[in-house]
Formats: sequence, C-alpha cells, structure tokens
Amino acid sequence: MSIIVYAESLNGKFKKSAFEVLSYGRALANKSKKSLVAISINADDPLKLSNYGPDKIISLKDPKLIDFTAQNYANVISEYSEKENISILILSSSADSKYIAPLISVQLEAGLATNVVSIPESLSPLVVKRSCFTNKAFNNTTLSGLINIICVSNNSFGVFENPSKPEIIDESIQSKINSCLKVNSIDKASGTVSIADADIVVSGGRGLKGPENWHLIEDLASVLGAATACSKPVSDMGWRPHSEHVGQTGKPVASNLYIAIGVSGAIQHLAGINSSKVKVVINNDPEAPFFKAADYGIIGDAFEVVPKLIEKLKAFKS
Amino acid sequence: MNILVCISNVPDTTSKINFTEDHKAFDVNGVQFIINPNDEFGLTRAIWFQQKNQATVTVVTVGDSSCEPILRKCLAIGANKAIRIDTSAKDGFYVATQLKSLCEKEKYDIIICGRESIDYNGGMVPGMLAQMLKLPFVTNCISMEVIDNVVNAKREIDGGIESISSSLPIIIGAQKGLVEESDLIIPNMRGIMQARQKPLDVIDPVSSSAKSSVEKFQKPQEKESVKLVASENIDELISLLHNEAKVI
Ligand SMILES: Cc1cc2nc3c(=O)[nH]c(=O)nc-3n(C[C@H](O)[C@H](O)[C@H](O)COP(=O)(O)OP(=O)(O)OC[C@H]3O[C@@H](n4cnc5c(N)ncnc54)[C@H](O)[C@@H]3O)c2cc1C
Repeated sequence: MSIIVYAESLNGKFKKSAFEVLSYGRALANKSKKSLVAISINADDPLKLSNYGPDKIISLKDPKLIDFTAQNYANVISEYSEKENISILILSSSADSKYIAPLISVQLEAGLATNVVSIPESLSPLVVKRSCFTNKAFNNTTLSGLINIICVSNNSFGVFENPSKPEIIDESIQSKINSCLKVNSIDKASGTVSIADADIVVSGGRGLKGPENWHLIEDLASVLGAATACSKPVSDMGWRPHSEHVGQTGKPVASNLYIAIGVSGAIQHLAGINSSKVKVVINNDPEAPFFKAADYGIIGDAFEVVPKLIEKLKAFKS
Repeated sequence: MNILVCISNVPDTTSKINFTEDHKAFDVNGVQFIINPNDEFGLTRAIWFQQKNQATVTVVTVGDSSCEPILRKCLAIGANKAIRIDTSAKDGFYVATQLKSLCEKEKYDIIICGRESIDYNGGMVPGMLAQMLKLPFVTNCISMEVIDNVVNAKREIDGGIESISSSLPIIIGAQKGLVEESDLIIPNMRGIMQARQKPLDVIDPVSSSAKSSVEKFQKPQEKESVKLVASENIDELISLLHNEAKVI
C-alpha cells in the first residue's frame, strides 16, 4: 500500500505547496510505514522533489496536459493512484487541487477531507483535523473510505527537507481528452504574486479613502515581495478587482504575514484571513476590532505610517 | 431551459460559532440561518436566466424541516419551485448522491451549486455531483452566458481568469462575480406572498452511506493580545517582524 502525493506545478515549476504536501506525505508515510510516491505532471525538474523524501517519483509528461483542465488531471491522477495500490492521496488546498479532489474521490470511491491542518491524529480509523466555519473552528473528521483523500491547508504544516534517493519513473503519456470543456484563454497578471501563493499579503480597507491612494499598498507590497488584497467593500465599490477580495465570502489567506491597513477587522474579514501566521494592523482607531485579532499593531494614520514603513523597509532590505 | 440551484442552509456570517457541551454538534441556539452566500449568487444568476430566457428555476436542499424557511426565501426571491430531500446532510458524498438521484429523474440543463458552503467549507458537493453525473464542471465561476446551447464561462484561478466554453448540460460552482453583491434580490411583499403558493415538495432520500463523519468540534486557542508599537517607532516593528516573528 502506498501514499501518493500530487506535486503541483505551474508552467513546469513546482509550487511551494508541492513541497509542503510532500513533507506532509513523508511524515504520514513514516507514521503509517507505507511507501511514499510523488506524481508530477509536466514538471521541468522532478528531481527537486527528492529533497522532501519520496520513495518514488512518477514524472508524467503529456502535451495534452500543458493547460490545467480538472477532468483530465483527475483522470490521470486516479489512473496512476490505482496502479500504485493507493491507500491515501494527498493534495494541497490550492484552487486547482480543490477542483480535482471531488472528481478523484468519486472515481476512486474515496473519502475526502479538505482544509486539513495537521497530521492525522489516528490512522485506523483515519481521523484528520480540518478547519471549518471559515477558520472560526476546527473539526475532527473520520474518513471511512478504503481509499481516502486529504487536501492539506496551505501553510499549515510547513516545508521540511528530507533528502531521499527515490526511484524515478519517467513516462510520456497521451491522455484521452474526453471533457467537453474547452479552455479558450487564460488571462494572468504577470509579475505579480497571487494571494494563494504569497508568503506575505498586504491588504487595504475602506480607511484608505479611495483607489487613488492604493500606491501605498502597492509600494509596500513591492518592497516585501507581497501580494495585494482588499476588504469586501473596497472591491464592491470597484476600487480594486474582485480577485483581491479576501474574507469569508472572498479568497482565504494563509500567508506567513498579513498586513491590514485601514481595515476594521469585521468578523467576516477576519474569518478568511485567520489562518495567516502573523497579523499586523495599522489603523487610526484604537477600538478597531482588528487589534483583538492581530499580533502586532500600530495605532496611527495610514497616510503617515505607511510611507515611513516603506522607507524603513527599503533601508532594511538593502 | 431547466435550472436547478442547490441551496445550503448556513449560520449567518456574523454568528458566534459555538458548540454543544460535548463538542459534537454546532450550537444552533440564537443563531440565524441564511442562504449560503455562494449559493445566493448562483440563485440570482438563475433568476436572470428565468427573466431573460424563460428558464424554470428549481431550488433544492438536502436537510430536515428546519431548512424550509430558506427555501421559502428562495421562492420569494423568484424561484419557481422548491424541493427538500428529507434527510440530514451527513457528508459531501451523501449529499451529492441525493442530488444525483434527483438530477437523473428530472432533466436540468444547468445545475448551480455554491463553490463551497461557509460552514463546513468542504467544497466537495458540486465536483462530486459533476463526476457522478459525468457532466462538465466549472467551479469558482464568475461569469456565465448561454447562447444556442453553448456555455461561455469565466473561472477565477490563482492569479488570473480562465475563459471556458462547454455544451449543456453543465454544473457550476458559483461565487461572487457571477453576480455582484448589489444584484442580490431582496424579496418584496409580493414575492413573499407568492412564495406561499409555490410548490415546496418534500421527497424521500435514496439510501446511501457517508464516507466521512465529524466526531468533534473545537474552537481555535485564544490568542495573546496584540503588541502595540508607537507610530514614531517603525524600526521597532521591523525588528519584531524580523527577529521575533521571523517573517521578513
Ligand atoms: C454576508 C456578508 C459577507 C461578508 N464577507 C466579507 C468578506 O469576505 N471580506 C470582508 O472584508 N468583508 C466582508 N463583509 C463585510 C464586513 O462586514 C465589513 O463591512 C468589511 O470587512 C469592512 O471593510 P473595511 O474594514 O475595509 O471598512 P470599514 O469597516 O469601514 O473600516 C475602515 C477602517 O479604516 C480605519 N481608517 C479610516 N481612516 C484611516 C486612516 N487614515 N488610517 C488608518 N486607518 C483608517 C477605520 O478606523 C476603520 O477601522 C461581509 C459582510 C456580510 C454581511
């Protein structure tokens, strides 16, 4: 029996979450004494995975899978999972992984838990801890399939190096494309960091008064190599695109550092960003609820504090 | 055109999340339930199809009679009929199996689910249903048009937007963007009156078993209180983030 990890890549490069799910897989394989197999699809350098402890790497190359299509990716991962006599499949909680997980679970008749935040507390029965109520709580879920799928919450487990000498299997495949979905175009902002992949997220709220002041957020983000985000009213008013809206009804954030500027910290906002490790708030109202949720805070006017912070960070970085 | 919108009954977004003393269940005391926000965006889009393309909109929920108020609300918003599959939602797989059985009996051209519920956050039902019915599936969907049975949809991906086309029938995982917050329909008196006359059918579940179960809930640990840094003292913040939190 084996544990399989799908190591996600984008344009041939592994995502950070690939190393995290593999680290998770290694820990679980040790605990359950099973072998650990990593599957990559069209990754340039599959050997990179050997830093994180797989016993075997299956590197699939398929010209038909250059673009991500959920159905085709799910088919291929299911097929190889069956070949490897799988007991547990581990995926990340990226948008793509959460897209394919339910498809695979039906194909393999597997149990499925998403947003899993730690190594299973028990192996038989298989019990995992996952976040629910948009990070306001956790639950322990028992998975009772013969095969089970775990989607690990991004940034919840961490990346641990554990070099191994895996067997490498290179396979060129030609998957049958049987989905009637056609991807016509992909429109990606280049050069910016996406909220899902970012280690640091800088977020602005209504306190910034208007879109013309967003250079403060953008400049701070650029010094830190961070992604930019915003509160819901900011995207509702069209100051920023919807893709930046974070919170209970927007995107979840699980970064190492989340900096909130002029955001009051409403319960729906906090729900979505709570799994970030360290939270900093800059707000001129000492009563703003965000101060109860933050690790560090500055009570002050964003228009004075942020330019100074950008200056000092530039000096610190150089 | 026949549209099915799958509705989940969830605690209001401002609810304090508490659990029963044995930590086995969500404490519903004093909690108001609402239509899952992602589902409501989907329902609103469906109503537009009804208004423009004469579509019939059916809403369905898998749940006990305590879910009926939100089904009535969906009818007041404009859905033509409601169905309640009379069983408790054991897990995503169980719910998807119930919906599959309904979808095989009725013929729907578009099946809309919210991309995930805000309580369990599983995000599993729409994809499972799609795979069970072997239908094309677009989740995180932020736009959808149908012309001559061809669907053109947009999907939010990490850091961008993907444009997709497909044939009907299709399953959609809805989210904000499919319609805007300001497009949401607040039922008026007439809608509420009409809703009372509209059919709300209660049907029996099919037999199926769940593949997971929730054993116990817990709340996050109380966090330590915030460390405040004076606004003249930005260097201290940088030093804390570097040396103490080790995040920059
Ligand atoms: C169903 C539902 C779902 C929701 N989902 C979400 C969600 O997913 N995400 C989300 O963000 N919200 C969500 N909300 C909205 C949420 O309740 C709040 O209204 C929203 O988060 C407030 O945004 P804000 O903090 O930008 O604005 P405000 O609450 O207006 O806060 C602005 C803050 O800026 C501060 N400020 C003003 N001037 C300055 C200055 N010069 N310098 C520094 N600080 C300043 C103020 O003190 C204030 O704290 C939801 C609401 C509902 C009902």
